[in-house]
Amino acid sequence: MKLEKRNLVFLAYLILLMLPIYWMLNMSLRTNADILSTFSLYPKHITFNNYIKIFTDVSWYSGYINSIIYVTMNMAISLVTALPAAYAFSRYSFLGDKQMFFWLLTNRMAPAAVFLLPFFQLYSTFGLIDTHIAVALAHCLFNVPLAVWILEGFMSGVPREIDETAFIDGYKFPRFFLTIFIPQIRSGIGVTAFFCFMFSWVELLLARTLTTTNAKPIAATMTRTVSASGLDWGLLAAAGILTIVPGALVIWFVRNNLAKGFAMGRV
Amino acid sequence: MDKWKDNKAWFFVLPVFILVAFSAIIPLMTVVNYSLQDIFGPGQRVFVGIEWFEEVLSDKRLHAALGKQLIFSGLVLLIEMPLGVFIALMMPKKGIAASVSLVLVALPLLIPWNVIGTIWIIFTRPDIGLFGAAINGMGIAFDHTSSPIQAWITLMLMEVWHWTPLVVLLAYAGLRAIPEAYFQAAKIDGASTWATFWYIQLPKMRGVLTIALLLRFMDSFLIYAEPFVLTGGGPGNTTTFLSIYLVKVAVGQFDLGPAAAFSLVYFLIILLFCWLFYQVLQNVGKGEKA
Repeated sequence: MKLEKRNLVFLAYLILLMLPIYWMLNMSLRTNADILSTFSLYPKHITFNNYIKIFTDVSWYSGYINSIIYVTMNMAISLVTALPAAYAFSRYSFLGDKQMFFWLLTNRMAPAAVFLLPFFQLYSTFGLIDTHIAVALAHCLFNVPLAVWILEGFMSGVPREIDETAFIDGYKFPRFFLTIFIPQIRSGIGVTAFFCFMFSWVELLLARTLTTTNAKPIAATMTRTVSASGLDWGLLAAAGILTIVPGALVIWFVRNNLAKGFAMGRV
Repeated sequence: MDKWKDNKAWFFVLPVFILVAFSAIIPLMTVVNYSLQDIFGPGQRVFVGIEWFEEVLSDKRLHAALGKQLIFSGLVLLIEMPLGVFIALMMPKKGIAASVSLVLVALPLLIPWNVIGTIWIIFTRPDIGLFGAAINGMGIAFDHTSSPIQAWITLMLMEVWHWTPLVVLLAYAGLRAIPEAYFQAAKIDGASTWATFWYIQLPKMRGVLTIALLLRFMDSFLIYAEPFVLTGGGPGNTTTFLSIYLVKVAVGQFDLGPAAAFSLVYFLIILLFCWLFYQVLQNVGKGEKA
């Protein structure tokens, strides 16, 4: 009985959560004229033209490719640099550790609007404008601090006896870190990877400022659907549905790390 | 449980420091420069000291925007944090149901922010949108473009819909990281569900919930794209939050000075709140348990 109530509450939440997304799906399978003229709970005349347009027009699908490239780069850079840093914050006390830890997070707190121009100037100076790595590096500004914070939380949950036992057993640090410690915080790495992916994927202002054509992100491409004749809602909805897919795949791959949690002890 | 004292730990932090400082310090200093100068054109600038800050701090419309922003972020935290933890507790724990739930819950987070606003424009239209039509069907005239209270409710709904999943995912991961032994011990002691939550689950989630709270505060305080697209700050100025007003100032004037001063004040407000939250959350419940 108790289990049932739990599940029902969650199911109700899921349904409410899915309604706007269902509406987007519904719109994506209809023509623009149809969307604007009639209210319909489901697409009566299903058309895939919106999706076909996105998959055949290079200016559309290149947006997805660009976004995937810089987001993957960002995810890799963020995780690789944040793992040792988070370990240091969780295990050691050192000069300026608390200040440094909080300073990292302050980089997420600046309102973007006025910072865009200096950002553009900085990346121009290094000749990085319109490259994927520019966006990946710029997104590190808010993703690396987040990665450090999330990972530090998970690492602090791992008892330090594990480190001590391993060092007594004669493990060198790199081997201990890769073969013993990282498996302990799998679920933390899963969460972190997903959040890095997510925040980089949906960020628009910086990505748009730093790119023109070669690395233009999908979110910027989507703003182009506003034309003289108004919005093409169907096309926009189809593009919106497709922006969900890569992230859904990412979370599907990390789901076990998220759900498995803690496997205590190595012995 | 004192941490090991060793300044060599800096070598682990160095890559992160360099990476973040590269993008952080020069733009910040540039904005500080703008905020202290009157810029007429390339190469023509005069140092004006704190004049822009005085102008910004005495701006009545900025005070109004700040007030609305504080109410908005306050509501966001009050609704999303408890709701997110509650949903995480309700979520299936294992099997295919858990996997599917995780993916579905994450979906709203993956839509670019400008698209969220656009989708909600249609979703809430009384003639062709599901939400608008449903509310109208209940006999309530719904039009968020003319009623301030409905504009607020719509924005809050959109915000809660969009961002509660972030709290859910973090809380869920935090819950899964609690060793099973704790629950077995609680069961043997005959602890109630509530006691298990209050004395085991909640304290163990402190880390992830601190992050969730800070993230939700920062991002809701900086919210721009969604209300800009959905309401454009209206009706009137009733949903003109700080960032929307900031862009109005930045675009409306040829001079970057006041907008830069505004940005820095804005930044400092967020910094202050986050620091306070962080201090409180660091110390709450300390010393209660072994």
